[in-house]
Amino acid sequence: MIPALALVLGVALGLFLEPTVPAALQPYLPIAVVAALDAVFGAVRAQLEGIFDDRVFVVSFVSNVVVAGLVVFLGDQLGVGGQLSTGVVVVLGIRIFSNAAAIRRRVFHA
Amino acid sequence: MSTDPGPTTQSAAGAQASQGAEGPRLGRLLTPRLRRVDLAVAVLLGVLGFAAVVQVRSTQEDGPLATARQEDLVQILDELANRNDRLRAEVSALEQTRADLSSGTGATEAALVETRRRSQLLGVLAGTVAARGPGLRLTISDPDGTITADVLLGALEELRAAGVEAVQIQGPVTAGEPDVGPAVRVVASTSFLDAAQGGVEVDGVVLRPPYRFTVVGEPATVETALGIPGGVVDVVEGRRGRAAVVRDEDILVDALRPLTPPRYARPAP
Repeated sequence: MIPALALVLGVALGLFLEPTVPAALQPYLPIAVVAALDAVFGAVRAQLEGIFDDRVFVVSFVSNVVVAGLVVFLGDQLGVGGQLSTGVVVVLGIRIFSNAAAIRRRVFHA
Repeated sequence: MSTDPGPTTQSAAGAQASQGAEGPRLGRLLTPRLRRVDLAVAVLLGVLGFAAVVQVRSTQEDGPLATARQEDLVQILDELANRNDRLRAEVSALEQTRADLSSGTGATEAALVETRRRSQLLGVLAGTVAARGPGLRLTISDPDGTITADVLLGALEELRAAGVEAVQIQGPVTAGEPDVGPAVRVVASTSFLDAAQGGVEVDGVVLRPPYRFTVVGEPATVETALGIPGGVVDVVEGRRGRAAVVRDEDILVDALRPLTPPRYARPAP
């Protein structure tokens, strides 16, 4: 309940404060959001399978975001930032889809 | 600790427990707990929602370019520069075309102006347009009826020899009212006949004395030509008439002659 409320609160804050993304963060924010979404889907799946662990979630969330940002940063330094961020998004998208499929199987038994 | 909720969440936990044992995992997910890890989870999810909304908003507000990567921006810039070059070339070509067209229009305009000018000049010669300029008025009065057509023809020849450019003959005229009688524009084909009932028939129009030649030409030259011994004034006075010459810097020859197209002659290129 509290995590859901926190999510809603964060969305509301973003809607009301209307902050602008700093230029230095602009390439990383979308990747970080996708990485965090992957962690969240993984957490929901783990919760449904009964193996959810708070600490694992926190660590995976933070490490997902940091690693995704690092990969994109490295790609930028190597001159392949565009391709690498595309690759990161593809990999994370695949993981999100597989997690969503697992959640679907758990919830709908189909 | 999750099995032993704090006092602040006792009632919520009790409500949860009253729903029975179905879905204990879901219940555990939804049961409020206040551990440090839970707080971290909540903060992370809050940050996620915040970041997602911020990202969506910035994408919507700034358009695709704001979030594009540097190399993509460079590529877009290159494409724009290429397109700019092409459009610039197109603009210069079109401007060239426009300049050609407008100078062509200018040439047509100039030709039209020149044609109008020539038409006006020929109109002065043919007597189809009025002429204005320095000149004089020659009035020949004929108290005894002795001024015949050949005198007027002689006078016209003298005027032509003096280089006059436009002439009209009017009669009768009086000193106070110069424009009483009919006026005839003199052109190349003008003829003089003695009219049966007196006066002179000029191009089919019977004029009665006194006759007035209204002349556009160099006034001093024409006056001198008229006054020489054996000239017009001399001849008229020899026939007991009177010839009066009045110079004027602004003579208007406004008698017109209709333009009759030639029946047989055609312009030969």
